[in-house]
Amino acid sequence: MRIAVFVKQVPDPSGAGRLDPATNLLVREGVEVVLDPGDAYGIEAALQLAEASQGEVVVISMGGERALEVVRKAMAMGAGSGLHVFDQRLGGSDALATARVLAAAVSRVAPDLVVAGTESTDGYTGTVPAAVAELLGWPSLTFAKHLELSGGTVRVQRQTPAGHDLVEADLPAVVTVTGGINEPRYPTLKGIMGAKSRPLEQLSIEDLGLDAAGLSPQQRVVAVAPAPQRQAGRVVEDDGSAARLIADYLAELKVI
Amino acid sequence: MSKIWVYAELTNAELAPVSLEVLTGARQLGGDLEAVVLDPAGAGVVETLGEYGAGTVYLGLDPSYREHLAQPAAFVLAGLVEQHHPDLILFGATYDGRDICARLSARLGLTVVANVLDVVPHGNGYAAVSSIFGATQNVTTELLGPSPCALVRAKSFVAAPGSGTGPQVVDVALPPEAPTGARRLESVVTPSSGPKLEEARVVVSGGRGLQAPENFRILEQLAELLNGAVGASRAVVDAGWVPYARQVGQTGKTVKPDVYIACGISGAMQHTVGMKGASHIIAINKDRDAPIFKLSDLGVVGDVLKVVPALISELEARGAQAP
Ligand SMILES: Cc1cc2nc3c(=O)[nH]c(=O)nc-3n(C[C@H](O)[C@H](O)[C@H](O)COP(=O)(O)OP(=O)(O)OC[C@H]3O[C@@H](n4cnc5c(N)ncnc54)[C@H](O)[C@@H]3O)c2cc1C
Ligand SMILES: Nc1ncnc2c1ncn2[C@@H]1O[C@H](COP(=O)(O)O)[C@@H](O)[C@H]1O
Repeated sequence: MRIAVFVKQVPDPSGAGRLDPATNLLVREGVEVVLDPGDAYGIEAALQLAEASQGEVVVISMGGERALEVVRKAMAMGAGSGLHVFDQRLGGSDALATARVLAAAVSRVAPDLVVAGTESTDGYTGTVPAAVAELLGWPSLTFAKHLELSGGTVRVQRQTPAGHDLVEADLPAVVTVTGGINEPRYPTLKGIMGAKSRPLEQLSIEDLGLDAAGLSPQQRVVAVAPAPQRQAGRVVEDDGSAARLIADYLAELKVI
Repeated sequence: MSKIWVYAELTNAELAPVSLEVLTGARQLGGDLEAVVLDPAGAGVVETLGEYGAGTVYLGLDPSYREHLAQPAAFVLAGLVEQHHPDLILFGATYDGRDICARLSARLGLTVVANVLDVVPHGNGYAAVSSIFGATQNVTTELLGPSPCALVRAKSFVAAPGSGTGPQVVDVALPPEAPTGARRLESVVTPSSGPKLEEARVVVSGGRGLQAPENFRILEQLAELLNGAVGASRAVVDAGWVPYARQVGQTGKTVKPDVYIACGISGAMQHTVGMKGASHIIAINKDRDAPIFKLSDLGVVGDVLKVVPALISELEARGAQAP
């Protein structure tokens, strides 16, 4: 069993995001980058499945120079090898171009299963994994909060607004996992050291057999403006009378 | 005249609220509005689609659209798009809508913008307005190329019927070569009582400040007294205290109640993006510097485990009763 896992480097979500005023692209320089917290769940899910089947995990990431760090981190958690698609011409890619690149990388790795996050923390379009599946002609099982393999079948509990659906598909397939599906492990010192001797390939657009011309984004940011913000109202310390105050307010709003 | 398509979805044999919202928003753009419905129960919503402005409804009733995830619908939709070349395709940002849109985009090479709050005319085409950084910034994105797609967030428009009548119906067949893909074996509904989270006038939401899952009981009591629904932050959903169906925020539900009461929630932007549209916000948090106080109309610095029970007693003393 070979499992590919998508990981993305994102600006530290605890920091404030910023756009470059000239290009309207996300500023990635001088900003702390981290492994997308959503992808940590994907890595953990892939590792657990691989451990149960004597399989291997291959990490795939497309991104700038520093995406290498997140590939290394996933390998330190236990993945056997890594593939980093790094090409200056991919800066500012839209979801579709990203999906085309990742689909080409998956074809090269030829896994039985791809595990990804449901949505990235910086872009949060949530369309990349299903688009990859379509390009490969594979089924996609999104929003999985529980995931299991048996034989050539993957079965998930897929989140719905009212509960969940039980969904299954034949392999190969793409699965996206939601936060909380597992408890991602931390890289150990042994893992970090061990990862250094494992294969990590860096590939360009041409290495993947793609043509840069087909990857230009079909969308362009034309304006960025601060969204209207709410004003802070009054803030009171509770001295035992707060409940009365809230009840008065609710009465004023005619809720009671 | 430009042609705008709305991919309309059904939940429990009725049009999903977000589809009605998107139709309403699309109507304001002018042009020919057409809807695509791929659902075995679709025949029952044709009239409503007409009322909401659809002049034409492409209707596919094959059971496969329910039995399989995204793939048959995306395949058929792609065929329709190649045949009719809509100038814009709008989807509600639902679980299925997102997957179908993603697959359509990949199949035909169409661009997609997600998290869309509004669509506006731009040059000869359209631009999508979406919010980023926890809705602190609005970004306008010009949509290029053929039939661009937009995934519109729930509650971006207020659904209102127009004066349309009897749309033209075009029957759509599922070709035998359509892929099937993932199979839906069973749907499990987590039981819940009281008003729906997305529709309630009052939402009482709890976060990690509640300290233990059993303490959510006081929020349920408070919600009952106010005929409201209970919501939650992702922190407590991830911790397994509350089912995901209760999560408010970027990766959960968007709510716009009259009153939102945030109890022990810090106010991370991924949470506030889902509730800042409430008409009135009340926050209870023991940390004076919690970001939630920056957007609340009434903030109480205090212990939720004291303030909420006191509020329940106060409301009961004023005659409030659980239904
Ligand atoms: C990609 C992504 C998507 C996300 N999507 C969502 C989403 O959809 N929804 C969401 O909610 N979050 C989401 N998050 C998580 C979000 O960033 C926060 O981590 C989360 O909202 C925090 O939940 P919380 O406020 O309950 O917990 P905390 O941030 O831990 O806050 C708990 C608060 O309780 C207060 N408190 C503690 N004890 C008491 C007491 N006794 N009385 C009163 N107050 C008390 C504390 O002062 C603190 O402010 C997302 C994050 C990412 C990265
Ligand atoms: N550049 C990328 N490299 C690797 N994985 C990615 C990339 N972009 C998106 N993904 C994967 O797709 C998921 C959804 O991303 P998105 O569609 O951008 O919200 C992420 O959680 C990742 O697992």
